[in-house]
Parts: sequence; structure tokens; C-alpha cells
Amino acid sequence: MSAVDTGRSRTALIYNPRIRGFVYQALLCAAIAFLAWGAISNAIDNLARAKIASGFGFWHNTAGFDISQTLIEYSTTSTYGRAFWVGLLNTLLVAGLGIVLATVLGFIIGIARLSTNWLVARLAGVYVELIRNLPLLLQLLFWYNAVLKVLPEVRDSFLVPGGGLLNNRGLFLPQPVFHERFLAVAAALAVAIVLAVAYRVFAKRRQMRTGQPAPVLIVAAAMVIGLPLAALIVTGFPVDFTYPERGRFNVRGGIEVLPEFMALLFGLVIYTAAFIAEVVRAGIQAVAKGQAEAAYSLGLRPGPTLRLVVMPQAMRVIVPPLTSQYLNLTKNSSLAVAIGYPDLVQIFTGTVLNQTGQAIEVVVITMAVYLTISLVTSLLMNLYNRRVSLAER
Amino acid sequence: MKRVFVRLALAAVLGATASVASAQTLNTIKQRGSLNCGANGTLAGFGLPDSQGRWTGLDVDFCKALAAAIFNDPNKVKFVPLTAKDRFTALQSGEVDVLARNTTWTSSRDTSLGLNFTAVNYYDGQGFMVRKSLKVNSALELNDAAICVQQGTTTELNLADYFRANKMKLKTVTFATADEALKAYDASRCDAYTTDASGLAGERLRLANTNDHIILPEIISKEPLGPVVRHGDDQWFDIVKWTHYAMVTAEEFGVTRSNVDDQAKSDNPEIKRLLGTEGKHGEALGLPNDWAARIVKHVGNYGEAFERNVGQGSALKIGRGINALWNKGGLQYAPPIR
Amino acid sequence: MSDTATITDARLSFVRDRPFDPLPPPLVHSGAIGWLLQNLFSSFTNILLTVSCVAMVVWLLPPLIEFLIFDAVWDGSSRADCIVTPQRPAVGACWAFVIERLGFFTYGFYPIEERWRVDVFFVLLAFGIGWMTWLDAPRRGLGMIYFFAVMPVLSFFLLVGLPAIGLQAVSTAQWGGVLVTIVVSAVGIVVSLPLGVLLALGRRSKMPVVRMSSVIFIEVVRGVPLITVLFMASVMLPLFVPESLTPDKLLRALVGVALFAAAYMAEVVRAGLQAIPRGQYEAAMAVGLSYWQAMRLIVLPQALKVTLPNIVNTFIGLFKDTTLVFIVGIFDFLKTIEAARGDVNWATPVTSVTGYAFAAMFYFVFCYAMSRYARYVEHRLRAGDRR
Repeated sequence: MSAVDTGRSRTALIYNPRIRGFVYQALLCAAIAFLAWGAISNAIDNLARAKIASGFGFWHNTAGFDISQTLIEYSTTSTYGRAFWVGLLNTLLVAGLGIVLATVLGFIIGIARLSTNWLVARLAGVYVELIRNLPLLLQLLFWYNAVLKVLPEVRDSFLVPGGGLLNNRGLFLPQPVFHERFLAVAAALAVAIVLAVAYRVFAKRRQMRTGQPAPVLIVAAAMVIGLPLAALIVTGFPVDFTYPERGRFNVRGGIEVLPEFMALLFGLVIYTAAFIAEVVRAGIQAVAKGQAEAAYSLGLRPGPTLRLVVMPQAMRVIVPPLTSQYLNLTKNSSLAVAIGYPDLVQIFTGTVLNQTGQAIEVVVITMAVYLTISLVTSLLMNLYNRRVSLAER
Repeated sequence: MKRVFVRLALAAVLGATASVASAQTLNTIKQRGSLNCGANGTLAGFGLPDSQGRWTGLDVDFCKALAAAIFNDPNKVKFVPLTAKDRFTALQSGEVDVLARNTTWTSSRDTSLGLNFTAVNYYDGQGFMVRKSLKVNSALELNDAAICVQQGTTTELNLADYFRANKMKLKTVTFATADEALKAYDASRCDAYTTDASGLAGERLRLANTNDHIILPEIISKEPLGPVVRHGDDQWFDIVKWTHYAMVTAEEFGVTRSNVDDQAKSDNPEIKRLLGTEGKHGEALGLPNDWAARIVKHVGNYGEAFERNVGQGSALKIGRGINALWNKGGLQYAPPIR
Repeated sequence: MSDTATITDARLSFVRDRPFDPLPPPLVHSGAIGWLLQNLFSSFTNILLTVSCVAMVVWLLPPLIEFLIFDAVWDGSSRADCIVTPQRPAVGACWAFVIERLGFFTYGFYPIEERWRVDVFFVLLAFGIGWMTWLDAPRRGLGMIYFFAVMPVLSFFLLVGLPAIGLQAVSTAQWGGVLVTIVVSAVGIVVSLPLGVLLALGRRSKMPVVRMSSVIFIEVVRGVPLITVLFMASVMLPLFVPESLTPDKLLRALVGVALFAAAYMAEVVRAGLQAIPRGQYEAAMAVGLSYWQAMRLIVLPQALKVTLPNIVNTFIGLFKDTTLVFIVGIFDFLKTIEAARGDVNWATPVTSVTGYAFAAMFYFVFCYAMSRYARYVEHRLRAGDRR
């Protein structure tokens, strides 16, 4: 009797899913802890033997190297910490601009792919297929090579209207120098934006009430451009420009846009736009055909149909994959290292890693930065996504 | 215990390609049957494979000399091409036994990376290359010039120091590899390209129109280049160091590849000690007594290696300069073998 | 009465009380001209678009074809054959350069007398891929074993060498070109697919520790760029293993690529698992299958079938991403192109463009073929669903 009992309870114990789950998890925990412990103790051994310093003390040491594009003040006597921020800002600059431009181009191409015009649709299709099937790194190398080859030497610079210069050292634009009175212009701009938003709200309410549409775009544009312009004239143009000049070797003065930056931005935008176009196309196709047909039968023209009926519904499908494209673009900006644009990876895991030799700290910091960027972007896009999907009833 | 487990687990994961390194570097090399040598891979005159995979260069010959001393066969070397970036990690981790990759000897590298510099097989310094059409005659005229440079090297730091010391404005464009930096210079992205002077001579030949470019006279830094080994194995450190000294000594006493067998019969006690016909200087290193003879027979003396790879016998045509022997006005000096 | 009163109500005055006159019938609506009118010239904007598109094509296409084919140099032995001379005013792509360096682009520094081994590897791989991708092939289960177990082992000894049977050892430092690109992608797919399946199952597991560790791994890897993963593998990994075990450079990159691909594969497989109705799991449990039996026999075959197009698409991404190993100093195909275009013997204004054009064609052919295949499978699956 008792033997049978213990037998049953033993089988029950082995086959009890809860206990088995517990054992599996305990084993997994042990394995992870063991690997982590092994890795850490090895790292400590290896670092001690190789006499590699550890910790974040290097952060305040003098960097001693120069960086070609710095958005904040930086010199060769700045610290590694400063170099980190320079790199991070450069990454954010190219990623931010890239996202805006890639979205614009991507939406245009995506809509063009569904155009009723056969040729337009085909050309957009060829663009998407071609770009999506080539590695980004190859495209970046090609664009960088092309940029350097097409642009002239400094002494033969192209003149950009308004006093800029374009050559193989980059694009140089006049740099505005603001006087104190310029504050009035800035204030006028702020007022104009507030007024434009207020007008939009008013126009929308009126349209809801009476059905009368108002020319929001034109009025808003007139306000945003007109008011600051008026302020400029009243205050007597309180802004000067320092124009770039050709020096013995390079251009001096002005705002400098590096060729590496141009090539990277161009490459990223062209590449990501192809993916965004596919996302947009899928989003539009996910909207039931009857929606557009209903809009046409109400007498809406194709433009407003797309803008007012199809797109708002398509956005719900578009936003989640669009987010991951934005993240991809940000992550892909790290390929800057191949063409010498000083982004975070190039400065930090490149030069700083080499000079300090502290591989673990540097790589961990870099990964943490990208993770943070990814999480923040996902968060923002989720907020937006919640807004667009609220329209669902 | 933990070591055994980790080792077992990783051995399973990493499989047969993992290599075994231990404090007894020489024994490991003998067991393996070949020397692992970290070399440049892209620098003409120092370490460059041709399209067939045959390596040539001054640093390459140094590794061949080591192999000759150990195995009596200069071809028992595996060359691992390393970038400036991963070279120290490769040596620290045991991927290579010796790093002969035009590496500058500095105090911080010698003391804080767990490495030992053995000897100086090339005295170098950093210089500039510019286009002739710019009509620049001195590096001091480079104020405001754009300069292409490889990142993560002492070159990048020397450049910044030099410009700061001379109160000149610097515009650097940094690239991950010397190759990319040179290509950008060739595409007119920069006015000047900077690296070690020896490198400049080689890189200049890789430009489309070699004669459009000149090397400026200024040398802005001291760059003693030499082979590096890991801390902690003094026997191996001695072998690497004395391999270089044996080559220098051989040149000093006129022992060459072609006359080494005749010289073995020489009565000169210095030569006899060098070639192992007198004394047991090889045994003390853990090598056969004719180790130096093997080196000279298979690779040649220092002067021969120099002329063949970077000197008049090569495309680079670099003069001996400060790399001449001490008794000919240079810095190459070997302690006596006795 | 009240009805008409409503209609004439002033508030609704914008409703038309009589229809428009019918539009005249279209002039032609069939045939070539009808098609043109409908698809290219239906409105003023459309005409404008069509004209500008035609202009763009005319501006781009003929010079491109001229460069790639008509002005191209097909044979020669040095830069002299590819530079502009009075006899040859226009020089297009310098294919002679590509032809001369083809061996280098394919095998890297692999010893010439041993290159047949690489060719055999390509054949083994192509055979495996053919077996796996041909959906009606006989014994696909066996093909799976071949692809994920037999072929990797055979290829390993073939490429690395096995002195015991007379295959001379070839160090991975000598590998290069297409060989490395293919090895990295093949290892990527062979490792990442099983690992991705495990991670996906882990992420859907009811055990919190298993789930959390899968989620953390997947999200961390997907949140960082591949290049940082490669840096981690190439500079951090050697520090984490005992000094006596140092994986070689290519192996380190392979570990990085495989882990990276596994995280993406896991998400693709997870989507497939979610597409399988709960009833399937429950039915499997009901007939008494264990968890692993249910997964192996019921769920995974269905899930992998529906995700095959996405797996192929992920693989296209992986194949393109293999170019990044070039940044950690490995001689993949793109790196051999970069190295060769700096060759003094072939220094001409067209060498770089030719090299890039060749690389572009290589990657495009592979990626496009794969994307067509993914679309074909998708189509087939959809046809199956309709039945």
C-alpha cells in the first residue's frame, strides 16, 4: 500500500507541470548566473593581467584629438566626456533630419506607387525594388564617392544663390549674426504661430457648425511669413550675415555642412524612403476600397479623398511599422563610421575606445545610448499611435 | 573548478578554431608548428600580402626571422592582418604571439596595456604629404588646411598637438582605416595626408598620379616602431628582442645571406658567437645555438631586409637615414652577444 | 406635403434639385490608345507627370546603358586599357578590372591550389538551399537535417581543413570575398533560425524567468545597431573568455551576426506562432502530446510555413547586413571591392564606379531573387487558404 502511494506521489511530482516549470526556471537562472559569473571573473582576470584600466575615470581625461563637426564647443583640450556629447549630437542631427526627409520622400513614393498613372507607378516600383535590394553600406560608399567626385575643388566652387559656396569640402552657407532688436522678430514669429494655430481651431469649429471651409493653409502661411517680415522691416533688418570666403586651402566662415554629412544624409534618406514607401503603400491598400469610392461618389476630388478620407485611416496601419523604420534609420546612421562622419560610433567606439583601451565601458555606453534612443522613439510613436487610433469607434 | 567548466562550455561553443596560449609562448608555438604574427596587411614595405596571399615587408621579414630561428623554416608563420584598432586586443588575447605591425613605442602603451616593446626595428616620424599644385613647402604653412588622418592612432594626437603648439587652425577628417583616409585624400577631400613618413613613401606610390604629390620635410614626432609581446613571458620577450639584435649584429660584422656559410668558418670571435660556433648563446634563449645563423641564412641581416623591403631594392626607395648602423651615423645599435 | 416642404427648406438649399447633364462618353476606351489615355493622359496633372517621368527616364537610362555596356572595356590588363585616349574618347565601365580580379573577389586570399574546396562548398550549399526552398521536393525532412546538421559540419572541415585526410589547414585570415559573405550569411541563417525559434517559444512561455530572459535578449539586441554588436563581439568577447581560448576574428564576427539575426528571427517566428489558432494547441494537449511534441509535430510546422515569406525577408536583411563585417576588418565581398579599387595598377576615374556597379549587381541579383521567392511562397500560401 505504502509503496504504491509513494510511487504515485513521485510520478506526480515529476509530472507536475508547476514543479517542472520551477525546476526549468531554476536551471535557466543557474545557467545564466553561471555564464555571467564566468564572463565577469574572466574579464576581471583578463583586465588585471593586461593591466587595462577599468571604470569611468577616463570620462574626465583630455581627449587630445580633433573632430570635424561639432555642434557644441569642443577643442583638442576638451575631455572624452565632451567628445561623447559631440558624437551623440551629431548622431541625433543626422537621424532627426533623416527621419523628416525620409518621411516626406517615402510618402511621395508610396503614394506614387499607387498612382493611376502607369508610368509614375512603375518608376516608383523600380525605385523601391532597386534601393531595397542593395546593402546600405554599398550605397553610402557610392554616394560618398559620388559626392567627392561631382563637387569641384575649393577654387572652382559652385556659387550658391545668396552667398553660399559648394565644393568638395562641403556646403558653406552665410551665417546670420543677430542683433538685439532681432528679438522683436522672433517674438513676432511666435505670435504668428500662436495666431495661426488659433485660426485653425476657429476655422475647424466653424466648418463643423456651418459646413463652410476656410483657407487655413493660406491664411496661416500669410501670418507666419508676413508678421515676422513686417517686424523685420520695422526694426530695420537687425541681422547681418558673415559670408563664407575662400581661403588659401579651405573656405573660412559661414555654416559648414560636411560632404560626409551630405553623403550620409542622402544615403539614409534614399534607403529608408524605399522602406517607408512600402509601409505607406501597405497602409493605403489596407483601407477598404469602398471608403475612397464613397468619397468620390460624394464628389470629393482624388487629392482631398486621399488627404481627408484614406490617409487618416491608413495612418493607423502605417504608424507601427513607420516607427521601426525610424529606429532603423537611427541605428543605420552608425554606418557613418565607414565614410568618416563623426557620429557617436565613429568618435566613441572608434577613437575613444582606441585611446583608452577600455572596450567594455565604451561599448556598453554606446549600446545604452542606442537603447535609450530606441525606447524614447518607441514611446513617442506609441503616444502618437494612441492619438490616431482613438479616432476608431 | 569554475575554470574547467567555463572552458568546457566554451570549447563546445567555439569549437576547433580556438587556439591555446599560455605563459610558455615558445612551447605553444613549437607544439602548434607555426608562429602567429600580427601584421599590417595594407602597408607597402612593412606588411602587405599580394593577390596570391604572399606576404612581404620589413615587419613580415622580422616574423619570418623568428620562425627561422625557431623552426629553421621562415615559412612557418601565419600572418594575421590587424587594424590599428584591434591590434592590441589581438595580442592581449593571445590571438597572435608577436605584434610586428609598425607599432609606435610609447610609455603608456608599454606600461598600461600589459605589453612589452622589445626593440626598435624602424625609427620613424610623422610627416605630411600634399599636392604639388598647392605650392606648400613646409608643414608650418598648413594653417587652416583640411587633413586626412586615420583615427585611433598616435598620428591623430600628434597632429592635434603640432597644430596647437604652432597656433595653427586644424581641420581634420578622420577615417577608420588608413586606406579610407588615403582614398579621401586622393579624391581631394583634404589638402594633406599625414601618417608615419615611412608609410607616406609607400602610400604615395598607391596614388593615381604619384608625381603630383610631395612629402614635406617636417617630421613632427618620434615614432620608434618595433615588435611587441605580452607581459609575463620573459623568455619569449628575450627571443624577440635578440632576433632583432642578431640581425643588426650580422649586418655590423658583414654576415649576409650569401656568405653566412663561409662566415661560419671565420676566426672572428664576435662572428663565431653570433653564428653559434662558439658559446651556447642560443640555448640560453631556449633555441638551438645556430639560431642566428638560421635567421641570416633564411632572411638576411638587418641591412638586407631593409634594402629589400623599404630601401633601394624596393619601390619605396627610402634612405637608411637614422636607421643606419650606429657606426655609420644612425641609431641601430645592438648590445654585444657574449 | 410636409415632405416637399422639407426639401425646399432654406437650410438644405445646397442639395441639388435636378441632376447634372450626363458627361459625353469617352472617345476611346479600349485598345492601345484607350489604355494610354486612361493610364497616362487622363488629366492635366497626369500629362505633366507622364512628361516629366519620360524626361527623367530619357535623361538617366541611355547614359547608364552606354556606360555599362556600349562604352565599357571588356578586356585589358592594366589601367592603360581603361583611360581616355584620343582613339577612345569615351570610356565606360572597366569590366576588364573586374574580370582580372574575379578570383580575388570570390576567394579572397584563399590559396589558389585549394580553391576547388570553396567551389565544392558552394555546390553543397546550393544543393541544400535548393532542397529547402523547393516546396515540392521529396524528403524535405531529410533536407532539413542535411541543411542544419550535415552540411555545416562537412563545410567546416572542407573550408578550415582536416590535415588527417589530406586537406591542408587554411586559416580564416586567408578567407575573403564572396566566400566570406556567403559563409557569414549561411552561418547566420543556420544558427539564427533554430535559436530564433527557441527565443520565440521562450517569449511565449508561461514561465516568467524564461519569458523575461527572452524578452530582454530580443529587445536589447533589436534596440542597438548591428555595428555595436559586432564591436562587442570583436573587442569585448575576447575579454570574457579565459585567456587560453581565443576565438579567431571571423568566428567572433559570426557570433555577433548570428546573435543579432536570432533576435530578429525570433520576432518573425513569434508572429507566426500567434497566427496559429489556440484550438491547435488545445487539440494537441487533448490527445496527450507533451509540450515539445506538440510544438514539434503540430504548431511549428504550421507556424514556420506561414512565416516562410517573412523568414526569407529577414534573411534578405541579414544578407545585406553581412557587409558590415567589413567595418570590423573582415575581408567580405564589399571589402575586396574596396581594397581592389585602391589598386594602383587599375587607378582610373572609372574603377571605383565599376567596382560598385559590380557589387550592386551581385547583391541585387541575390536579394531580388530571394524577394521574388518570398512573394511566390506568399502567393502559394494564399492560394491554399482560398481553397
